[in-house]
Amino acid sequence: MRVASNQAAPPNQPAESLSKDRRRSPAARSEPLAAERGAEPPYLDRDDRVALFRFMVLHRAIEERGVSLYKQGKVPGSFYDGRGQEATCVGAAFALGPADPVCPLIRDLGAHLVKGTSPRAVLAHYLGRPGGVSAAREGNVHFGDATLGVLGMVSMLPDMMPVAVGMAMAFKLRREARCSLALFGDGATSVGDWHEAMNFAAVQRVPAIFVLEHNGYAYSTPSSRQFVVDPVERAAAYGMLGVSVDGNDVEAVFDVVRQARERALAGGGPTLIAAHTMRMHGHGLHDDASYVPAEQLAEWAARDPIALQRARLVALGVDVETISASVTAEVDQATTEALAMPLPDPATATTGVFCDGEAIPMGLGLAPWSGFR
Amino acid sequence: MAQLSYLEAISDALRVAMGEDERVILLGEDIGVHGGAFKVTDGLLAEFGADRVIDTPICEEAIVGGAVGAAIVGMRPVCEMQFADFVACAFDQIVNVAGKLHYRLGVAVPIVVRLPSGGGFSGGPYHSQNPEAWFLHSPGLKVLAPSSAEDAKGLLLAAIADPNPVLFLEHKNLYRRVRGEVAEGSYETPFTARTVRDGDDLVVIAYGAMVHTALEAIEQLPDASIRLLDLRSLAPLDEDAILAAVRDCSKVVVVDEANYTCAMGAQVSSVIAERAFEWLEGPIVRVAAPDVPIPFAPALESAVLPSVERIRAACDELLAY
Ligand SMILES: Cc1ncc(C[n+]2csc(CCOP(=O)(O)OP(=O)(O)O)c2C)c(N)n1
Repeated sequence: MRVASNQAAPPNQPAESLSKDRRRSPAARSEPLAAERGAEPPYLDRDDRVALFRFMVLHRAIEERGVSLYKQGKVPGSFYDGRGQEATCVGAAFALGPADPVCPLIRDLGAHLVKGTSPRAVLAHYLGRPGGVSAAREGNVHFGDATLGVLGMVSMLPDMMPVAVGMAMAFKLRREARCSLALFGDGATSVGDWHEAMNFAAVQRVPAIFVLEHNGYAYSTPSSRQFVVDPVERAAAYGMLGVSVDGNDVEAVFDVVRQARERALAGGGPTLIAAHTMRMHGHGLHDDASYVPAEQLAEWAARDPIALQRARLVALGVDVETISASVTAEVDQATTEALAMPLPDPATATTGVFCDGEAIPMGLGLAPWSGFR
Repeated sequence: MAQLSYLEAISDALRVAMGEDERVILLGEDIGVHGGAFKVTDGLLAEFGADRVIDTPICEEAIVGGAVGAAIVGMRPVCEMQFADFVACAFDQIVNVAGKLHYRLGVAVPIVVRLPSGGGFSGGPYHSQNPEAWFLHSPGLKVLAPSSAEDAKGLLLAAIADPNPVLFLEHKNLYRRVRGEVAEGSYETPFTARTVRDGDDLVVIAYGAMVHTALEAIEQLPDASIRLLDLRSLAPLDEDAILAAVRDCSKVVVVDEANYTCAMGAQVSSVIAERAFEWLEGPIVRVAAPDVPIPFAPALESAVLPSVERIRAACDELLAY
C-alpha cells in the first residue's frame, strides 16, 4: 500500500478542517489504512471480502468468455477487456452507495457487476442482442445500465469526467448524501476535458471521486510519453486531495474510495485517486501489445489482483474453489441464455433517437458492501 | 401583454422557468454577478441565488458536460455560451454525449444550450458565427432559432420543458432591435414554422435575423404577392409547412445568414427538390453568406452577410423567371 500525498501535509487532518481553507492543499488522508495496520480491514467483514473476490473472478470469467465468443465470430466489431485491472473497478464500485452513480471506463466490467448488471445482460450486449444493456446499439465496452446508476461511457476520453462533475453538482445543490465516481486511464489525463473537469469540480467543491487507472499504457503509448509529472501530483494544483493506491489490491482500493466518499459527503470536495495497475492484454484483441516488455508483464503477473485476494481468503479458510466453480456455472448459464436471445429487428435501427416521454433520471444500483446494510 | 425586446423576452422565459421549476439551473461564464455578456441573465442571481445561477470557469466542455450530468440525475440545466462561436469548444459533449445518450442507452438529456449567434455589428470571425449547421447534421439534437420576442420566450420555455438536448440560437442582432407583444407567465411555442406574411407568387423561407431582412426586402416589392415563412425550428424541420408553401407559391427563395455550404437552406432546398419538384415554376434560389469567415470591417462584413438588396434582387429575378 503506498499512499502518496501530493504535498507534505499534516496527517490525520479531518475533512472538516479542510473546508475552512479550500485553497490550501489538503491533507493526504484522514486515517491509516487497514493494510498498514496489518490487521483485519475494519470496514470489510468476511462476506465483503468474499464478495470482492467473487466480483473479480466474475469480471474475468465474463471477459474470457467474451474473448472466445469473439474468436468464434459471434461477437461483432472489436473486443476490449480489463484483464489485470479487476481490483480497481471492483474495489471502487464496492465503496459506492446505492444512489451513487458510477462512470466506468472500457476495462471496468467489475463496476457494472457490483452495481447489479447481470452476466446475462453483459453477454447479450457483447453479442449484439437487444436484450442486453444498450438495445444492441453499442459495442462491447461503451455501455451501462442507467437504471442501476451506471452511466455508459462514450468513446471520447474522458468525456464522462465533466458529466460526473455535473451529477455531483446536482447532489450538492439538492443537499443529497450522494457522490459520483468516474474512472479513466492515464492517457485520458492528457485531454482538455480532464483538466476542465478537475478544475470545475474543485472550484465547485463537488462530491465527486476520480479514479485514475494508471495501467502503464495508453494503447501503445507508455506513460512516460503521456506526461512528465504523475497526474496524482496535479491534484494539489487544482486544490483537491490526491492519493495513490495499489490498484491490484482490491481491499486497498475499496478503502481509499470509501474514505473519498466519506470526505465528499462531508463537504470535503473531490478526490483524485491514482490506482497503479497494469493492462495485461493488448489495447484490444486486435493488438498483440508487442511493445510491452515481457519482464514488465511477468512482474505484474506475479501481482495478479485475483491471486492476491484469493490468498487472503485461503488464509481465512474460505473455500475459494467452490466460489470459482459457481462463477463458471453462472457464466455458462448466462452464455446459453444470451445466445438464445433473438437478434435485433432491423426496423428498430432508426427508433429512439429522441425521448418522447418523460426524462427518467438515472436509477439506483445495488450496494453490496455490508456498510450499507 | 407587455412590450418586450427579444432579449427581455428571453430573460423573462428564464425567470418564469426558474420560478416554476426548481430543477431549472443556469450555467455559464459571467452570468451571475455580471448578468451575462449581453445581460440576458441580469437580476437572476439576486432572485434565485448562486446555487441556481452558476458562474463557471471558462470551460465550455465542462459547462455542457456538467449540464448533461445534472440533467441525467433530474435537473433541467440551461447553459449559456458567451458567444455562439465558443460552442465549438463544447462540440464534443453536445454531439457525442448529449445527442447520443438516448439512442445508445435510453438516457434522456433535458438540457438547453443558449447560443448568442449571428453578425451585423463588426464582431469579426469569432463573434459573428451562425453554427447551427454543425448540429443539424448530428442526430439527437433539437435546434431552434426564433426571430420574434414572442417566439423567443415561447420556444425557450418549450426547450426547457423538452426531454432532449436543445440548442437555442438567439440572434445578437435582434436582442435590442426587435420588440413585440409578449404574453405574461408561461406558454410554449411549438417547434413548427410560422407564416409571417401571406402571399402566393413566391415564398421566402428564412429564420432568425434573416426573417427581418427578408421582410424589409419583401416590403420593397409591393407589386408581388410574397409569402414569408419563418422556420423557427430547424430541427425538427417543419417539412409540411415548407411543402405547403411551395405548393401555394411555386417559387422559392431560401435565405441563410450562415455560410452557404451545407447550411439549413441547403437542407430546405433538398427537401423541396426531392418532394416538391412538380410544383416548382423556377429554380430554387438561395441567398447565404459565402464560404468565408465573417470579416470585421463594416464594409467587408456587409459584403458578406445577406442584405435587403441581395434578397430583393433574388426575389425580383425569380419573379421574372
Ligand atoms: C479523445 C480520444 N482520442 C483518441 C481515442 C482513441 N483511444 C481509445 S482508447 C485509447 C487509449 C486510452 O488510454 P488510457 O486512457 O490510458 O486508458 P487504457 O486504455 O489504458 O485503460 C485511445 C487513444 C479516444 N477514445 N478518445
